[in-house]
Amino acid sequence: MTALSYFFVFLFYAATAVFVIGVARKIMQYARTPAPLKIPTTPAPVTQTGVVFRMAREVVLFSSLFKSNKWTWVFGWMFHFALLLAFVRHLRYAISSDNILWPLINNSLVLAAGQYGALAMLLGLTGLFGRRIFVDRVRYISAPSDYLMLILIFAIATTGAMMSFVTHTDIVQLKSFVLGLIWFNWQPLPNDGLLITHLALVALLMLIFPISKLLHAPGLFFSPTRNQVDNPREKRHISPWGQAIDDAEAKAKA
Amino acid sequence: MADFEVPELQEIPVIPKLKEGAMAHSSPFISKEQFQIPLGYPGELVENWEEKVYEKMDDLRKRYRSFQVYLDACVKCGACTDKCHYYLGTSDPKNMPVARQDLLRKVYRGKFTAAGKFWTKLGMPWMVGAAEMTKELLDEWYSYFHQCSQCRRCSVYCPYGIDTAEISMAAREIMDSVGVGQKYCNEIIGKVFKIGNNLGLPQPALVDTLEGLEEEVQEDTGVAVKFPLDVKGADILLVTPSADFFAEPHVDGLIGYAKVFHETGASWTMSSHASEAGNFGMFIGSYENMRRVSRRIREAAIELGVKRIVFGECGHAWRIAYSFLNTLAGPWDFLDPNYPVPQHICEYTYDAIQAGKLKFDKSQNDWRTMTFHDSCNVARASRMGPKPGGQFEIPRAVIKAVCNNFHDMPAETIGEATFCCGGGGGLLTDDLMEIRVKGAKPRAEALKSVVEEQGVTHMAAICAICKSQFTKVLPYYGFTMDQIVSVHQLVGDAIVLTKSDSDE
Repeated sequence: MTALSYFFVFLFYAATAVFVIGVARKIMQYARTPAPLKIPTTPAPVTQTGVVFRMAREVVLFSSLFKSNKWTWVFGWMFHFALLLAFVRHLRYAISSDNILWPLINNSLVLAAGQYGALAMLLGLTGLFGRRIFVDRVRYISAPSDYLMLILIFAIATTGAMMSFVTHTDIVQLKSFVLGLIWFNWQPLPNDGLLITHLALVALLMLIFPISKLLHAPGLFFSPTRNQVDNPREKRHISPWGQAIDDAEAKAKA
Repeated sequence: MADFEVPELQEIPVIPKLKEGAMAHSSPFISKEQFQIPLGYPGELVENWEEKVYEKMDDLRKRYRSFQVYLDACVKCGACTDKCHYYLGTSDPKNMPVARQDLLRKVYRGKFTAAGKFWTKLGMPWMVGAAEMTKELLDEWYSYFHQCSQCRRCSVYCPYGIDTAEISMAAREIMDSVGVGQKYCNEIIGKVFKIGNNLGLPQPALVDTLEGLEEEVQEDTGVAVKFPLDVKGADILLVTPSADFFAEPHVDGLIGYAKVFHETGASWTMSSHASEAGNFGMFIGSYENMRRVSRRIREAAIELGVKRIVFGECGHAWRIAYSFLNTLAGPWDFLDPNYPVPQHICEYTYDAIQAGKLKFDKSQNDWRTMTFHDSCNVARASRMGPKPGGQFEIPRAVIKAVCNNFHDMPAETIGEATFCCGGGGGLLTDDLMEIRVKGAKPRAEALKSVVEEQGVTHMAAICAICKSQFTKVLPYYGFTMDQIVSVHQLVGDAIVLTKSDSDE
């Protein structure tokens, strides 16, 4: 094993730890922070089941964004859906061929969708980047980090697509590297500049996930305007600190 | 007429190009010590205020999930950038919801996120849109967080439901906590604590006003319609915005409610202790002050021994009543469980119409061709009736039951997409006239289109702030102030009153 392989072993453990612990801490923070008042954006569902459907429409279809702006929706949805396809295609590097999921992942339709999805991803990212540059309102609200985030993902998608469409990397050795990471039986990484760049950028993305706007992913599920049931008259909603105010007042009066 | 340029109404609304700093000069009067102290806030900018701002921000993000999540989740996609009526009316980029939020978010990022702290240490906080608190920034907060009416239109379009109202409420609470309050809101909240309503009308003045109304209705109709106040043992407590007691066209709405109660044979009363449906505690983002105002309604309900609570026409009041009253002043287990607590007067009238208890002569309203303005807080922060969207259907059903001529404004300007009147959220004050006029532009454009195409003559509203705002600002756009009416004014004009023997 080369020093570079060891470095990437270390990098991926570190990045995974930062990603998992960082996102878990944010999720716990969101879950523990009380929502003292009922603030669903109405009209809102009046049942919990209704809320599940509302959330599903937001997560799967980006329904609010669709209402807002069709261009942002097309590019944004295309990018995210392609991301999902690419993710599914990448599972073949992490799942061994005796796994029951293998036939689902290793079929030509899924693999082709993942491969050509990369092009959709690049198109979506280009569109989003273009809006940041050419729409004066979006340009005004963009910080350097907003452009860099798009560039980072664009670079990940480009290096990935190049390995798929232009110069193939040794995916057998890559798979043994990934499985080695999972089972703590470290194997060398193929010595391929494109692959190394691709993996380094993915690790960077994982590292910044919990400290950046990528928190929009867990954040959506905790958004009170989207996840609350519209039933304030039927069911009293009170936060622990709201209750404490009531209790203190009742005690003072007694 | 105005010392600023009144925007020209456009046929097809266009998204304006940015004009940086266009409204930077707009700021409401700062609250003096006498209006700060009763609300529990320091009288002037405290020493070491930067630290206090950070402390309060930290406190709020631990107490409000909305605040914490919304500070993190924004990706700057731009979905909200063309949705705010103040941006559409002023072209000032800081009136784009995301840019307004960023005035606060950049401080959060610099102080409370690893990325922000890292780049601040390197002297490049702007890399990740972070910044430190400065006096210039505090002044910007004061200016632009008082150019938000907390109408939630942006939250409809945000892919994460980020609600700028939550951010602007938090910003105002932070500013209040370091001694920088808004005179208009804080003075009014003080009046409620001291007297019982926003206008500072004491009990004898209310008695006088209501007697005057009884005489007026008797003269007009020959029927003794009562306007009861502080009647113990009444079934229904009506809580209505104090503007209903004398402002035009609000008072015609109050006359309408009284006629409906008369015809349904209801036993009802108003309360001098809770003589205000409005609750500006929400505008300043203060749970404690909003709660304190709300508790007056509980106290009045217990004192008078009523069985039901009904709210008059007021937008933000209905948000607080519908969404928050159970939280802030509940539980309501001592009231009649057969009715929701509280009910909206439109729900009450609608139910009475459905039950066939009211008779109307619709021709009384034939000289009017109506449209209806969905008030932002009713539309996007509450409901009426059992079904989602009842807040759009029920007021329209009431209007259509009493008027023959009704046309809606364009679909993208009503319902959940409704444009705020421009005066909500604590902006209904003369020192903010310019932003009020400019913020009303999108609504004025929508109204103009139905006036020209459908021959609409009047616009009905169910909000005291909308009514006051429109009567004042629509004349800037060539409309007349009497084109704004209360929904229950239309009901009151068409209702056929039953004469009893004593009326002869």
